[in-house]
Amino acid sequence: MNIEQKNVSPEHILFEAPRDKAFITGSEAVAEAVKRANIDMSIAYPITPQSESMHLIGDLYAQGYIKDYYRAENEFAVMAAVHGASLGGGRVFTATSGPGTLRAAEMFPVWAGSRQPIVCGFMCRGISLPPSIQPENIEMTFLLDSGMLMFHAENAQDFFDMILKGYAIAEKPDVHLPVGVFVDGFFTTHTREIVMLPPEDIRLSPYDPKCSPVPAFDMETPPMRVVRDPLLNKSNFISYAANASWHQEILAAAERSKKYINHYMNGLIEVDNPKAKILIAASGTAVAQSREAIRDLQAEGIDVGLIKVKSIRPFPEKEIQAATENAEIIIVPEFNAGGWLAREIKASLDHNSRVISAPRIFGGMPMPKELIVNEVKHAIKKRA
Amino acid sequence: MCENKYKVVSGPEGYLPPAASLMGVLLPDEGSALLEGDIVKEEDAMQQIAKKLCNAKNPVIFPGPLILWDWADGVIEKAKLVKKLADVAGAKIIPMPDYRPKYPKINPEVEINPNHPNITIWHNDIDVCIFVGVHCHYANVALKIIRGGTDCYTISLCAEVGHEDAMVSMRDLDVKKLQKLIDIIENEKSS
Repeated sequence: MNIEQKNVSPEHILFEAPRDKAFITGSEAVAEAVKRANIDMSIAYPITPQSESMHLIGDLYAQGYIKDYYRAENEFAVMAAVHGASLGGGRVFTATSGPGTLRAAEMFPVWAGSRQPIVCGFMCRGISLPPSIQPENIEMTFLLDSGMLMFHAENAQDFFDMILKGYAIAEKPDVHLPVGVFVDGFFTTHTREIVMLPPEDIRLSPYDPKCSPVPAFDMETPPMRVVRDPLLNKSNFISYAANASWHQEILAAAERSKKYINHYMNGLIEVDNPKAKILIAASGTAVAQSREAIRDLQAEGIDVGLIKVKSIRPFPEKEIQAATENAEIIIVPEFNAGGWLAREIKASLDHNSRVISAPRIFGGMPMPKELIVNEVKHAIKKRA
Repeated sequence: MCENKYKVVSGPEGYLPPAASLMGVLLPDEGSALLEGDIVKEEDAMQQIAKKLCNAKNPVIFPGPLILWDWADGVIEKAKLVKKLADVAGAKIIPMPDYRPKYPKINPEVEINPNHPNITIWHNDIDVCIFVGVHCHYANVALKIIRGGTDCYTISLCAEVGHEDAMVSMRDLDVKKLQKLIDIIENEKSS
């Protein structure tokens, strides 16, 4: 390691340590977060637009910041291997994108079901519907009920912070679930922006598997591996009931995470101008585009507020209900064809005809602010 | 006291009782405890534990691997106090030595398992039980099954942050708190 790092609390690294400006890409922001996360093991398999970040993490291994690193055979092998490393009591990181996410998808519920605080970056892209490597976040819809916590970053700053915050939240004994930190690939990974970074001579304190709600696969931790097998796969009512209770416990753990998300991420949502009758609710880079649209609308005298949805799982149902209490129009712009965020919001609200699922942009197309502005104006006209 | 609408009380609650966390029950902060879904002072929770144990027909302590194995500093001292707690309360001890589902059939006379804890409770007609030294995930899995299918009153003594699915739950259990609980039970017994 080039420099000696001091172990510090999440509160120190996230809230107290001074920060300096860096002009870096989202991929570089991932490496900067991993550098400060005290990772035991990281395993990679390349896929655009994730490749650069895991390449940079390989450099961190060469520099001594990570204890172990290798390239696995494919994305499923990566996710299975980090599962193993985490079962052994290690803190792990990996990342993937689009088709890689779907190829590996069997492992995500396994992580959650095994109560593993793995943090995984998802640099979202198209998923061959038709083939595309371009930005969109349709892959998130496939993971909504995988049991993992899901945070959606607006920009490289969020991406950096959410990775470190992800460990702080995931490793709480009453949570202990995997965290997926999602960004819209290319828009965030491949563009430079100012990111405020804490010093590189501090890092998170090591993960303590002794506080885990399940025993680590570690010969020093009783009752060692005999406790974890076999899983609940017998065909009888008792097995079904145990499986159901186990599944409920995963959902309960996600519910408990809200307290820590509120602490570390300052809420599951962020609301600007909450009294506005017209709100735009968005996540990821659609938030940044919405900010631009709102600036134009305000300049024209149209009062519009913003809900930035940071936590997709757990979903901020009550928070969105409270924030939209007085809203007459709720526009939900998204970078995917399915409109999963609008569906989630509609399912949370009474009078959900207020929710307009548009604009939906995908296939790699950008989302000009004018599209959002037009949706707002169209909705106002329709109501008049 | 912070009152919650959903009450975590003795069952049988039904086919698939909800996780209390999803019904709005929050875990207590340091210095507090949970009593039937409400956040209360630790002392109040201890009083309730003492009352329940002293009035029980067949109270049983279920020590888990974290207390059965000498795996970390301080475990032996804690285990000795758990034994003392059983003696003072007049409770039996049935261990949860590991978490494997036991097939084809568990011997409910000698052990309990988190995947089918109701079998041991039914077989021994246990009306009050204490979980101690059980990893949190497995305690929560078991506590819901017990609430669903039995009328047993559940108490958890947790070294971490506690369990919403127990009727009484203490958090940050250490030797000092365990000794205080024993003292309160002794007082309750003699009163």
